[in-house]
Amino acid sequence: MHGTRILDEADRLMTVCNSCRYCEGLCAVFPAMEMRRAFSDGDLNYLANLCHSCGACYVDCQFSPPHEFNVNVPKTLAVARAESYAAYAWPGALSGAFARNGLVISIVAALSMAGFILGFAALHDRSVLFGVHTGPGAFYKLMPHNAMAALFSAAFLYAVLALVMSVRAFWRDIGPAVSGRADGGSIFQAIRDAGELRYLHGGGVGCYNEDDKPTDRRRLYHHLTFYGFILCFAATSVATLYHYLLAREAPYPWWDLPVVLGTLGGIGLVVGPAGLFLAKLRRAPELLDDNSYGMDVGFIAMLFLTGLTGMLLLFMRETAAMGPLLALHLGAVFALFITMPYGKFVHGIYRFVALVRYAQERRTAS
Amino acid sequence: MSSKYDVLVIGGGNAALCAAIAARRGGASVLVLEGAPKFYRGGNTRHTRNMRCAHDAATEILTGPYAEEEFWEDLLRVTGGKTDEVLARHMIRESKDILNWIVEQGVRWQPSLGGTLSLGRTNSFFLGGGRAMLNALYLTAERLGVDVEYDAEVTDLVIEDGMFLAARLKRPVNGETEIRATSLVAAAGGFEANIEWLKQYWGEAADNFLIRGTPYNRGSILKMLLDKGVQQVGDPTQCHAVAIDARAPKFDGGIITRHDSVVFGIVVNKHAQRFYDEGEDIWPKRYAIWGRLVAAQPDQIAYIIFDSTVVTSFMPTLFPPIAGQTVAELAGKLELDPAALEKTIAEFNAAVRPGTFDHTVLDDCVTEGIMPPKTHWARRIETPPYLAYPVRPGITFTYLGTRVNREARMLMADGKPSGNMFAAGEIMAGNVLGKGYAAGMGMTIGSVFGRIAGREAAKHARN
Repeated sequence: MHGTRILDEADRLMTVCNSCRYCEGLCAVFPAMEMRRAFSDGDLNYLANLCHSCGACYVDCQFSPPHEFNVNVPKTLAVARAESYAAYAWPGALSGAFARNGLVISIVAALSMAGFILGFAALHDRSVLFGVHTGPGAFYKLMPHNAMAALFSAAFLYAVLALVMSVRAFWRDIGPAVSGRADGGSIFQAIRDAGELRYLHGGGVGCYNEDDKPTDRRRLYHHLTFYGFILCFAATSVATLYHYLLAREAPYPWWDLPVVLGTLGGIGLVVGPAGLFLAKLRRAPELLDDNSYGMDVGFIAMLFLTGLTGMLLLFMRETAAMGPLLALHLGAVFALFITMPYGKFVHGIYRFVALVRYAQERRTAS
Repeated sequence: MSSKYDVLVIGGGNAALCAAIAARRGGASVLVLEGAPKFYRGGNTRHTRNMRCAHDAATEILTGPYAEEEFWEDLLRVTGGKTDEVLARHMIRESKDILNWIVEQGVRWQPSLGGTLSLGRTNSFFLGGGRAMLNALYLTAERLGVDVEYDAEVTDLVIEDGMFLAARLKRPVNGETEIRATSLVAAAGGFEANIEWLKQYWGEAADNFLIRGTPYNRGSILKMLLDKGVQQVGDPTQCHAVAIDARAPKFDGGIITRHDSVVFGIVVNKHAQRFYDEGEDIWPKRYAIWGRLVAAQPDQIAYIIFDSTVVTSFMPTLFPPIAGQTVAELAGKLELDPAALEKTIAEFNAAVRPGTFDHTVLDDCVTEGIMPPKTHWARRIETPPYLAYPVRPGITFTYLGTRVNREARMLMADGKPSGNMFAAGEIMAGNVLGKGYAAGMGMTIGSVFGRIAGREAAKHARN
């Protein structure tokens, strides 16, 4: 018996699946399961985070409901996965943030955006906030660059610290089935598997969302979102280097690297999350973990807001709307960063770590 | 939906879908009537995982060649010669092309699954299992324009002078209707889920049988065809039966209730007596005999008994083994006579001769001086906890069927081929399988004869 009802159910299912094994070619979950005969809490959390929720094993399973064996691996692992985020959260006192995540994220985002607007308004008179600013250093008329860098570095470093502590607990809990170390090869393999979403693919035909016809839409939207996020992060990093190394101040012209990266990334962050949200609305209810709806949508919304406010800022930066839009954009980004360790963002980190463990197990076993 | 089709396919499994797709590709309008609800569509195909096809060279997923002749010899051995050689060789030859044809219909292969290495050369596994295979076939059929109805119970067939005219159908909502078609493909499986029918041959023992597939395999179409003058083939008492866990549900427990641990221990009946050489041959070659062996024991129950040293030698099981720290305690939990079980195990242990255990080959671990002997993998059962799986006969499918020729055309009782009736799959498996079984054969019969039946039915409809 495990600590929670959902881990008990996951254990029951893995026992059913381990005596069947028809799905072993679909993804990484089932081969990893086959390396074990009994399942600790850590094993189940590992399998839950390996699952990409493509739905193929549900559509292919002869024992899925209404069969009396009631095998629903995607949903069970989705619930276990969401609960694992809370179980490994650091500091533990904040693990409750996962339970009502949509609400928490909305409040933090609203407060953060309001904070920037009120902050700008308090520090400047109306003519500055609603003024037209152009040329190098335009943004910093509203918030000095060093203040902006300090605030966001602090938020980012806190997120990194909290994530590192959480993932460390997860990594220790998911001991490998076969002893061995995670080496560079395993990490490289995991980067490839995550980068191409190898396991959000139904074993080759696409994933299942609203019916029994596989498509590649969720994978496409996830790629847009993920690579959009990476491009935006790269844009910010390049801009930071410009600022400190080349003494070139934002805003930059549209053709300059930070803006090109940010524009492409911004498009991804608008289109990708919108597509993922629509896919979620249409997803078959039997595959959905209802309790993590708020968390999923909250994260999608934050990414969408970040992308949207960034794009609006780009288009309207030479108008009087620049001040308020900058406040909204900074508010969205700030909220995204400080809620990162306590929201859906962590799925990528845990899944990546699980993929490293899986690659390591495969290399050691073969 | 028009009520007159070129080809009517009754059934919804591998054979039926292969027939429907082949007929549609042959230019015919096709209706598939599946008696089960959508979730349970496909009969036993839901529970399958592989198909045995001949091939001349290794493929991406098969480790080596499996020549037609070797396939034929395997078939000859498992059936003890009870097969129709012309039909069987025709099927084996056609199976080579099925490996590619079935992929063109959307089915995907994968290498043999964990725990089935012994089939890696001969059998091609479906990626995602039998239901994934079915899903792919249904998607293809629907894309091609085949009509499919579920919960479609056929109540009667109108047949005159060996010619199919119409099927009477009871729909769940719209009531009785009649569907006419130029050709019929009967691919509605055997009668394994019809306990009353099984009782005609097995008596009350059939009450203790577990059925591995859905409750919808009732053989009603087979019965109608035989009653209306189609020639019968196969021994009605023959079926593919294996020993499965006695705790399994009455129907549709599928693959996961099986036990492959027989060779690692001993098997006793309700009197705690051994009754057959547990080490006769390697799994899965002798896997298929244990269903019938257990069916012949009192109350159709037996117990695989082993000890803690071999627990990890076989696949994990759905139901955990029943455990006892002593033989007597285990016997108590199994409701066996403790003294009798202690005596059986003591005698067995005393008869075990030293040898080098290797479960991958026919090793030299044997017993001496007991009946029945255990001729391989005999090791003493002496390390507690003592463990047991209760097993019952698990009926997979029956072999009684309709006789067909090489065109999958049914033969009438007078030996004449029917003008427009074809059969494929388990409903005609008895033509090829007189008795015995080798893994993946049922699917070969279904796909090969399904494709032939669909092609021929469409050809007839066009003429």
